[in-house]
Amino acid sequence: MITLEGIAKVYRTGEVEVVALRGISLHIPEGEFIAIMGPSGSGKSTLMNLIGCLDQPSSGRYVLDGYDVSALTDDQLAWIRNRKIGFVFQSYNLIPRASAVHNVEMPLIYAGDNQQRRERAMAALESVGLIQRAGHLPSELSGGQQQRVAVARALVTDPAILLADEPTGNLDSESSLEIMKLLRDLNQQGRTIVLITHETDIAGFAQRVVRLRDGVIVSDERQSVATEMVR
Amino acid sequence: MSILEGLRLAVNGLLSNRLRSSLTMLGILIGVSAVILLVGVGNGASVAVQQQIQSLGSNLLTVFPSNARSAGGVQQGFGTGSTLTLDDVKAIANRQTSPDVVTAIPSAGGRAQLTYSNQNWNSSLTGTTQDFPTVRNYQLASGQFFNSGDVDAASKVAVIGPTVATNLFSGADPIGQVIKINRQSFRVIGVFAPKGSSGGFNNQDDIVVVPITSAWNYLLGGRGRNVQQIYVEATSADATSAANTEVTQVLLDRHHISDPTLADFQILSQQDVLNSASQTTGVLTLMLGAIAGISLIVGGIGIMNIMLVTVTERTREIGIRKAIGARRQDILLQFLIESMFLSGLGGALGILVGFGLARVLPVVVSALPTPVISTPSVFLAFGISVGIGLFFGLYPANRAARLRPIEALRYE
Ligand SMILES: Nc1ncnc2c1ncn2[C@@H]1O[C@H](COP(=O)(O)OP(=O)(O)O)[C@@H](O)[C@H]1O
Ligand SMILES: [Mg+2]
Repeated sequence: MITLEGIAKVYRTGEVEVVALRGISLHIPEGEFIAIMGPSGSGKSTLMNLIGCLDQPSSGRYVLDGYDVSALTDDQLAWIRNRKIGFVFQSYNLIPRASAVHNVEMPLIYAGDNQQRRERAMAALESVGLIQRAGHLPSELSGGQQQRVAVARALVTDPAILLADEPTGNLDSESSLEIMKLLRDLNQQGRTIVLITHETDIAGFAQRVVRLRDGVIVSDERQSVATEMVR
Repeated sequence: MSILEGLRLAVNGLLSNRLRSSLTMLGILIGVSAVILLVGVGNGASVAVQQQIQSLGSNLLTVFPSNARSAGGVQQGFGTGSTLTLDDVKAIANRQTSPDVVTAIPSAGGRAQLTYSNQNWNSSLTGTTQDFPTVRNYQLASGQFFNSGDVDAASKVAVIGPTVATNLFSGADPIGQVIKINRQSFRVIGVFAPKGSSGGFNNQDDIVVVPITSAWNYLLGGRGRNVQQIYVEATSADATSAANTEVTQVLLDRHHISDPTLADFQILSQQDVLNSASQTTGVLTLMLGAIAGISLIVGGIGIMNIMLVTVTERTREIGIRKAIGARRQDILLQFLIESMFLSGLGGALGILVGFGLARVLPVVVSALPTPVISTPSVFLAFGISVGIGLFFGLYPANRAARLRPIEALRYE
């Protein structure tokens, strides 16, 4: 499903070069729940942005679902983000002026998919247990509820891959647990999930844990999956 | 993304910043209403001038003396020559030599001071012959015009325009009353009906007409028996150029001039006057439009400015939209529709305001000609305002569309 070969990412800000990733090779098969851990600044977000086609690697090869990503145009990348990938960010990233259901609908609008758009958005909201908040603006929802709206938006186009960058980073433990259970259920439905976190108990939900340090993979382990969180 | 979706987004975006959107719209509103109003005033002036000229009669030719023959002598001003005579008038009116001419009348005059009991009025005096009403398109409201006998006898009779009647007699019947024209007693025998086209440069209702012989004898003392102008009535508007040729030939023969370039007279048709007048008013309209157009451009720059601010403010939103699959063209369209909607709505409101002002302003400022707003100009104004939104929105929208998703998402 996801294959990275010798991926490097160098940020250039003026004269200064920051090497965020150096020689990352990683294969993520379909249906896996993988956690990427590491200290702050180790390159986790950079890696997720590359996997999510939000950015292009400086060197190396990235094949997603058979597509060589480095060869794709901007519009093709937009299409991949729209159809194959769902994002959940630490800071929710909902559009503040749009209601919950309108936020969830948005990927369908860009997919040009007008078939029962509203119904599908409502169904996605229902699956995260927020149907009764459909008309609320993000500012009228709690952090946990906003993140659930974001999860609903991520899965409304029925993507094969869900990328979550510290999705519980801003949440209390109760909301965190809700979100993690949602992700676990989605994985059990067969979706590939890439979760970034620096919290061990959150990573406990994943079948596999990859640790990064200074832009390189320092460990890659399988583990038994937790069902509850201990905090 | 569909246009409809884009419109919904645009309205949403504009509503979220009502004050800013309204102020930006105001710039376009003022520009468009100024264009509508000022071009309307220009057109109105042109229509008023044309009506006034046409009310003189479209089959009218005017013959002026000119100084072309004063070769080597003193340069005289236009119309100051004394080369036209009453015999010229009679020759022109001869159907044998000039078949396209119905008749011709002389004219001599100037300003005159009129008095009746204790009322005073300064008006325009015309000395002429009995055919004046037909040639110059005047109707009589009451009384009658003088006849050829009055001209031969130099009778002291006068026919006055309605403006003169109102100002001297203030409601009383002027017929049969004796007024003083430049201290000479004349009896009023007729009053003209209003010509209607009042206002503008010279009021055709403010005149006093007497037999040309009486004018020479009693009113234009010392200036000889000059004919200042000859008005020639052609058989129809189409016949004016044929009549022009005939009159030219008759006068050249009578004045013994073989080279037409040395003619001591000049013939002006109403068409010539009309043409030069509409050229002048056309330039006026263009200038007014250009001035108003500048304010439209300023409004457009306002839109560009606000759209740049909007794009910067919504950088993160753009990043989110791109992350969930918006293509460049989706973002481009969103911001273009927003700026075009802003300017289009401003333009539509501007048209309404322009119409309103065009109604109200001539009532408040009576010197203004009634603005004439043509339907194409309204559509043009609306099209231009939408076009301004497109033009000035293109740069900000393109900037938004080209944002890289990852950088837009990181923007705080
Ligand atoms: N857009 C950027 N420009 C310059 N440097 C960046 C940029 N994004 C990340 N970096 C740098 O790359 C390194 C890895 O960052 P990041 O992937 O965000 O780490 P993490 O998510 O693990 O905290 C850090 O040193 C960070 O400063
Ligand atoms: Mg990070």
